Amino acid sequence: MPREFTPKVITANALLEGDVVYLTEDDGWTRTLSEAAILTDEADAELRLLLAQSRASDVVGAYLADVIATDAGPQPTHFREAFRRTGPSNYFHGKQAETR
Amino acid sequence: MYTYTEFDAAFVAERNRQFRAQVARRVEGALTEDEFKPLRLMNGLYLQLHAYMLRVAIPYGTLGSAQMRQLAMIAERWDKGYGHFTTRQNIQYNWPKLAEVPDILDALGEVQMHAIQTSGNTIRNVTADHFAGAAADEVADPRPIAELIRQWSTDHPEFQALPRKFKVAVTGSPMDRAVTLAHDIGLRIVRRAGQIGYQVLVGGGLGRTPMIGKVLHDFLPEEDLLPYLEAVVSVWNSIGRRDNKFKSRIKITVHEHGIEDIRARVEARYALIRPLFTGIDQQMLGAIRADFAPPVFRDAPVDGYEAARAADPVFRAWADTNLSAHRAPGYAIVSISLKAHGETPGDATAEQMRVMADLAERYGHDELRISHEQNVILPHVHKSDLQAVHAALREVGLATANIGLISDIIACPGMDYCALATARSIPIAQEIALRFDALKLEHEIGEMKIKISGCINACGHHHVGHIGILGLDRAGVESYQITIGGDGGPDAQLGDRTGPGFAAEDIVPAIETIMLAYLDLRTDPSETFLAAYRRVGMEPFKSALYGEAEAARAAKRKAEPHVAA
Repeated sequence: MPREFTPKVITANALLEGDVVYLTEDDGWTRTLSEAAILTDEADAELRLLLAQSRASDVVGAYLADVIATDAGPQPTHFREAFRRTGPSNYFHGKQAETR
Repeated sequence: MYTYTEFDAAFVAERNRQFRAQVARRVEGALTEDEFKPLRLMNGLYLQLHAYMLRVAIPYGTLGSAQMRQLAMIAERWDKGYGHFTTRQNIQYNWPKLAEVPDILDALGEVQMHAIQTSGNTIRNVTADHFAGAAADEVADPRPIAELIRQWSTDHPEFQALPRKFKVAVTGSPMDRAVTLAHDIGLRIVRRAGQIGYQVLVGGGLGRTPMIGKVLHDFLPEEDLLPYLEAVVSVWNSIGRRDNKFKSRIKITVHEHGIEDIRARVEARYALIRPLFTGIDQQMLGAIRADFAPPVFRDAPVDGYEAARAADPVFRAWADTNLSAHRAPGYAIVSISLKAHGETPGDATAEQMRVMADLAERYGHDELRISHEQNVILPHVHKSDLQAVHAALREVGLATANIGLISDIIACPGMDYCALATARSIPIAQEIALRFDALKLEHEIGEMKIKISGCINACGHHHVGHIGILGLDRAGVESYQITIGGDGGPDAQLGDRTGPGFAAEDIVPAIETIMLAYLDLRTDPSETFLAAYRRVGMEPFKSALYGEAEAARAAKRKAEPHVAA
């Protein structure tokens, strides 16, 4: 039995800044997980990942990350993605410190 | 200290110019990431969890005040005002922007520093005893040979695409503060019958498959060392495994072939290449050695120091833990703790770096060292200046009196920064330090080295911690495995696993349990944790951690005869 496809977002690091970015519905990049497109169809996710990976002048290392869809947008299911969304725990640096 | 020749300066400048062009081509889209990645890694630039990370080499951990000030300037201008000193005597900047890295490298070049070969499958920054040239117990200063190895290995055409990374450490002291038994090659300068020579250890390493190094050559004359090293790396370069990166380090090569086979191959290769070394390396070593001539130590009274010790208990506590014996009368080696309770191990702010630079310039013959234990050393301070040094350190939060104690923790960056990490290290270190400070047990416990790694790669040296903590991802939850009885000293040993791991919220109580068990069972305060563990073994600690039932089960398993499969 193939495993059931769970909701995903496409995430990567920005080429110039190195910070975490997510793919949006309109194939743009956002710094905010809540603005990321939630992909629920496996074929669509694979295709959009290939397209994201081909955008080598924007991002590095695009991959699919598991999320749960909530009213507040996608939420990470794994602690690694939670840290990537937030920043380090020893200093108030990174995303948590960025004013929007 | 070694100063760059015209050749060194031109080489670094040229590499920086090349890298600037490579970055530009990457940004323009002329280079793919696959093409660019090995180039940036050869210049110390990683892409981590939240940002790029630049790893700057501090060769054999030695730097002067001008270099430390430049590191502070870089931290402020291009990073977030701090730097992280690592277990390989490097400094890492956690937040550089890609396009600015060439400027950072140029700024490093201005003070004779670089980030070359701090990553990639090359010979990495050579590390050395952080008390080199100062320790009372030293046979010889390991830095001249470390510098010669740096020059030999930098851009060595044969060794730019090795099976994997290759790490060399050198100690000149029988106390081995460089963990030479856990390096691809460990060198120990020894004196036998009045002669200085090198004991060559090979195949040590931590990581996924921890191994203690083996003696490859027991006593090698200095003039033969470089060709011998070249023979070792050359043999491994040709027979080291490239089919599986987990089996590519020389420790696996030595393990699979056996030390005798490796020795025979090295001897054969050595015989072939030895004639190519016609003595120029020895001339260069002679010139390098002159650069490392000891400073002119002054002869001054130390009455003021003794009086201050008697009068000021805070100063006395600091002096008791943070000073080490110097080879010159009236002098001390000062270890500046980058482990203030609750702070990030190994981090220093730009302001702290400047204060340390000022102190080195004013009181320390302009020398600083970075220890693999992530502290900063002022190697040569006259005792009459210690009170002033301590007062200045206090003002910037650098006077923590905890060297060698439970809060002097090695911790890798872990999942707060590192893309390879499987769990966080830093918060665990912070919590342990705060907990034992609150309990006021730190000095009661005495000598204790806790080392924490956030993944199996073991940058935090957890295998050789008296207590080692390894952070893992267990079904999507951070989990911490404990080893005890490890030792990174001259008779290095790997620690033993206590049993099942602990959740993040249980790991600090678990460490407390181990410490209380130790305090309970030690014969007297002079019996260290390590000595007590060697005397009583695992069972009392296992019982304390997991209860009697689990300890009994473990004892039974151990007692059952091993049945070969």
